[in-house]
Amino acid sequence: MQDARLTPVLSIAGLLSLWVVAALLTNDAQILPPPWDLVPRFGQELASGELQRNLGATLIRVAWAFVLAMTLGTMIGLAMGRSDRVNQWLDPWLVVFLNLPALVLIVLCYLWIGLTEAAAITAVTLNKVPNVATILREGGRALDPDLDAMAKVYRLSWWVRMRHVIAPQLAPFIAAAARSGLSLIWKIVLVVEFLGRSSGVGFQIHLYFQLFDVGMVLVYALSFICVMLLIEWLILQPWERQARRWRRA
Amino acid sequence: MIRVEIEAKRFGPTPVLRRVAFQIAAGETVALIGPSGIGKTTLLRLIAGIDRDYDGHVARPDRQAIVFQEPTLLPWRSALDNLLLVHPDLDRNDALAALDRVGLAGKETLFPGQLSLGQQRRLSLARAFVGRPELLIMDEPFVSLDKDTAETMLSLTEDLIAQHRPATLFVTHAQAEAERLADRVLSLKAGPDGAVLG
Repeated sequence: MQDARLTPVLSIAGLLSLWVVAALLTNDAQILPPPWDLVPRFGQELASGELQRNLGATLIRVAWAFVLAMTLGTMIGLAMGRSDRVNQWLDPWLVVFLNLPALVLIVLCYLWIGLTEAAAITAVTLNKVPNVATILREGGRALDPDLDAMAKVYRLSWWVRMRHVIAPQLAPFIAAAARSGLSLIWKIVLVVEFLGRSSGVGFQIHLYFQLFDVGMVLVYALSFICVMLLIEWLILQPWERQARRWRRA
Repeated sequence: MIRVEIEAKRFGPTPVLRRVAFQIAAGETVALIGPSGIGKTTLLRLIAGIDRDYDGHVARPDRQAIVFQEPTLLPWRSALDNLLLVHPDLDRNDALAALDRVGLAGKETLFPGQLSLGQQRRLSLARAFVGRPELLIMDEPFVSLDKDTAETMLSLTEDLIAQHRPATLFVTHAQAEAERLADRVLSLKAGPDGAVLG
């Protein structure tokens, strides 16, 4: 038990060690600074409020895109999983959007909608919806037909069916889509910010890329990774544990 | 009164049922027997309104209940919630009394996975009867139980039917079950265009 808890800590320590060794071998802070070089620069950004402002801007975009992509993707995926006819109609669209490069969608959204917040969030959402729909389609296909029949005979209301019959069966698929969704969305948000926004982690990375400041690029990237890890540990994992409580009972 | 008038039921080009017509009076218990694969479960699904793709008509009451071969409970909700969610107008004390009636007193907080198969079947029976159904449909409710548990379930079902008096239609392969529970036995047999009543 103790070993199981220590393993992730040791794993992170291993990654840090690798970074330190690579930094020492490179011996050039402009190419790869060691971790301790970033601490004062991190403190400086934190004290100025720039770090919080840009992290906040990115986080809001991630939150909007995540909620929209999960909602639309779940609805589309569930409809496709439950109806062969809907699946036959929408499957070719899904293949097209799954294979459309993120960059193309981002550029098209900026061209068609303009360099606005709405365009940025739309671009990220459209990039993620096909993934969510693909995962939730499998969830829709895996729904227990006997529970459906039970719900029909006892005339359960739409809300009770969704909340107590369908949603618990979809929970593992929603968790998988949410987890892969968060990691994908924040990466796409950074590209969107890199290309067309004036705030956010992506914008800052763009700025420090032009200044060839690897240290600040790492400060912003690592800060946001920490935020995403906190969301994973404080929100996603506890929710998943709660949803799977009946399996462990 | 439940009136069943099935003209035809097909799965694609395959005929399953042909001209199946009968009635069940309130309080009457009817057993449906026939060889495996003849269409008994299909007929139950048509009567229950689960499958509406057929030629014909079924007049059924609003309050109906079903007991499947498998318990078909919500595994992520407690035993008590399995009654309260399916019957939202049910009082908590009535639900607890229903659990008590089927021998599940004190088990209300357990998830179905924490109950034995026999207990899950009893919970399924409680769910069916607690809604005071006018039509009760059961699809081999005592199958795959050991002899003692099957006997307990049979007695319990007999008592509950006697107490609530729904119109009951149940499928069985056991002649003894049919003789014990049913007022009347219907038999499905193969015909040239699908199963017919024998």
